[in-house]
Amino acid sequence: MLQFSRSKIITIILVCLFGFAYASPNMVGSGARGWMTEHLPSWMPSKTINLGLDLRGGVHRVMEADIDSVIVERAEDLGALIRSDLRDAKIVTNNPIASTEGVRITLRQSEDVAAARKIMFKAASDLIISEDGNTLVGTFSDAYLKDLTDKTLAQSIEIVRRRIDETGTREPIIQRQGERRILIQIPGLEDTSELDAILGKTAKLSFHLVNTGTRHAPGSKLLPMSENPGEEISVQRRAMLTGDMLTNAQAAFQDGQPVVTFRLNGLGARKFCKVTTENTGKPFAIVLDDVVLSAPNINEPICGGSAQISGRFTVEEVSQLSLLLRAGALPTELYVVEERSVGPSLGADSVEAGKKASIVGLLLVLGFMVLSYGTFGLFADIALAVNMALIFALLSGLQATLTLPGIAGIVLTIGMAVDANVLIFERIKEELRSGKTVMAAIDAGYNRAMTTIVDSNVTTLIAAVLLYAFGTGPVKGFAVTLGIGIATSFFSAIMVTRLLVVLWVKHGNNSKLKDLPI
Amino acid sequence: MFFKGISLIPENTNMDVIGKRKIAFVLSTLLIIFSIFSIATKGLNFGIDFTGGTVIEIQTTKVVELSGIREGLNSLDLGNISLQTFGEPTDLLIRMPEQEGGPEAQAAAVEKVETFLHEHITEGYELRRTEFVGPQVGDELKKAGLLAIIFSLGGILIYIWVRFEWQFGVAAIIALAHDAIATIGLFAFLQMDFDLSTVAALLMIAGYSINDTVVVFDRIRESLRKYKKTALPEVFNTAINSTLSRTVMTSLTTLIALIALFAFGGEVIRGFVDALIFGVVIGTYSSVFVASPVLMFFNVRQGADQNDEPEVVIEENGEKA
Repeated sequence: MLQFSRSKIITIILVCLFGFAYASPNMVGSGARGWMTEHLPSWMPSKTINLGLDLRGGVHRVMEADIDSVIVERAEDLGALIRSDLRDAKIVTNNPIASTEGVRITLRQSEDVAAARKIMFKAASDLIISEDGNTLVGTFSDAYLKDLTDKTLAQSIEIVRRRIDETGTREPIIQRQGERRILIQIPGLEDTSELDAILGKTAKLSFHLVNTGTRHAPGSKLLPMSENPGEEISVQRRAMLTGDMLTNAQAAFQDGQPVVTFRLNGLGARKFCKVTTENTGKPFAIVLDDVVLSAPNINEPICGGSAQISGRFTVEEVSQLSLLLRAGALPTELYVVEERSVGPSLGADSVEAGKKASIVGLLLVLGFMVLSYGTFGLFADIALAVNMALIFALLSGLQATLTLPGIAGIVLTIGMAVDANVLIFERIKEELRSGKTVMAAIDAGYNRAMTTIVDSNVTTLIAAVLLYAFGTGPVKGFAVTLGIGIATSFFSAIMVTRLLVVLWVKHGNNSKLKDLPI
Repeated sequence: MFFKGISLIPENTNMDVIGKRKIAFVLSTLLIIFSIFSIATKGLNFGIDFTGGTVIEIQTTKVVELSGIREGLNSLDLGNISLQTFGEPTDLLIRMPEQEGGPEAQAAAVEKVETFLHEHITEGYELRRTEFVGPQVGDELKKAGLLAIIFSLGGILIYIWVRFEWQFGVAAIIALAHDAIATIGLFAFLQMDFDLSTVAALLMIAGYSINDTVVVFDRIRESLRKYKKTALPEVFNTAINSTLSRTVMTSLTTLIALIALFAFGGEVIRGFVDALIFGVVIGTYSSVFVASPVLMFFNVRQGADQNDEPEVVIEENGEKA
């Protein structure tokens, strides 16, 4: 155990140097870091540790997409389609009943079942059809539902990204979590009400003609008005224009009032031109998420492909509305199921606290080791310093995220990393007492302690790996640093101290000593 | 460069751990009964990670009178709202239960509380942190936490089972259960917040306790092979005493680091650190005074360990070099 080949020594020294090099960007202030990136060659490490939201401040939010209503809506559409196809074939049915499972259509006459089933299969090939008396039951297959869920989530994530990070400067993390959830992390954001405003709406925009005749005319619906709360207005069910035909939307002013101006695509522009020409003088309703924003009169045909939305808006409201319209509508509503936000001052305080605790803990442990093990304690301390550098180097190199529990994991590693050396030193002491020579005692100390060191490190490593695999949030952050700390401490405690001890004994002419400074 | 260290544990320490095992037995039994009693009567004070609800942390510019604000908050008709200081007297933690009526009701309730705070803390305050966990997520986090515990303990146990004979495994489990129950008992007794970071702390304690126990067991196994004719209690006592110095040293360095965290690490991880400090102390105690006497009780056979060839090989190498 006391032989070190030249190549092994070089490897150990190289690993240590790499550790210090990769850790160094974290140790200097931001000013010096700027100098480093400017003046040092680009292969020199420049990455610093990624701080988690609890340390840099920001919002962590998990939103769940209302997939059920998308499925039911899809079932309703299919039900309506099937019913109209059946009606064309002179088969009379009750109203289709849509649910998250699929759609049920009850026929008036049971002899129609076989014919109706064929029509239903043709109209909606995605449904698995079965019969229940004279009711046809169409069920969505699991694969279909999964596909629908995946598409809805992917589309939602895209829209959320556009709404949150229109300028591309916020560095948000937006990703799918589980089956129906979206994880959103925005560093530096303080006010969560801004998020509520831009993600709380699906922002489905449509333009409808207002019913001037009877309020309950067929093909019409009653919608609340945002200008006059409590009042409802009757509009045509069919939209004359929908939000997906918009190409751009901007906040602007007209006659001192904040308005949203928008441009339409070719199809939209032609349609809008036609409808406004045919209905000049009549009112139309601008509807956002089933609420009428305003219902102005069509004063003249609008054929230029651009128009504006007025209403009783504040400046903030028009800028938000134009953002939502630019980004497009969400396919379904998103609900907040979890949200954690940390203000920048608490984050900075936590970083300070973590730094202080780490430094104090480190100094105390370093001192304690020298007090307890003398010169050998010093060797263990050097190894501990290498260990710290390696932890920071790996965290920076892997771009792992450091959280407050992660800092706790590092501090705990400081305390536990010396364990291997404690085991070895205690064993060496024991062997010396049993009358072995200095060299034999060191050798036996390392040999005998090794099994135990492996055993104890493996048990902790198992805990760390499984914590990472099954843990969430703080548990994960803690597991990362703990796992890295165990791996690096194994190297530093076994390789670095052993090399130091061997160099001290052999090259310091200390091999003839009767006792060790331990 | 030659200076010796100071040994904390004298070289010729010879504690009769096995002979005095009845004392530890009574002590541990009382501790466990007390812990289970606390858990059963008081229950665990689950944090919002598991129950769902909202936590708001604010920092006021001046120290404010809490009782008035507390009463005011509770007259808002939003369920039982708790208000506590959090470390500093200017740091306040407001905890409100999950509101009936979905996300809108939730947001409305938070707004109500914020408006109230604005009106009643006139000296001004800063919003430090808000956390909201929906009930469904709470249930899921509970499940995930439980899974993490089961898998980690399972993984560690499998390793112990592979590395040692079954008696060692069982004794290690008993010591581990002892530590875990005592720590959970402490959380119940003091009604400390039991949340996700507590789960992490519990697993860390489990790892630490097993780690400590493994070191002592390794030495017992080694001694069993070496001293085949010595009486078991003596073999055990020698093994425990010769590892005592290491056990104490490692616990101390870990505790030193933890105390630095306790003193400077801030209020956010205080519960986590509290649990770890208690766990390290109890884990150290159990590896010496619980695990080994329990192993003794199982009457391990001396020197009959034929499956540990690698052990023997390493020893031979050591002698030759």
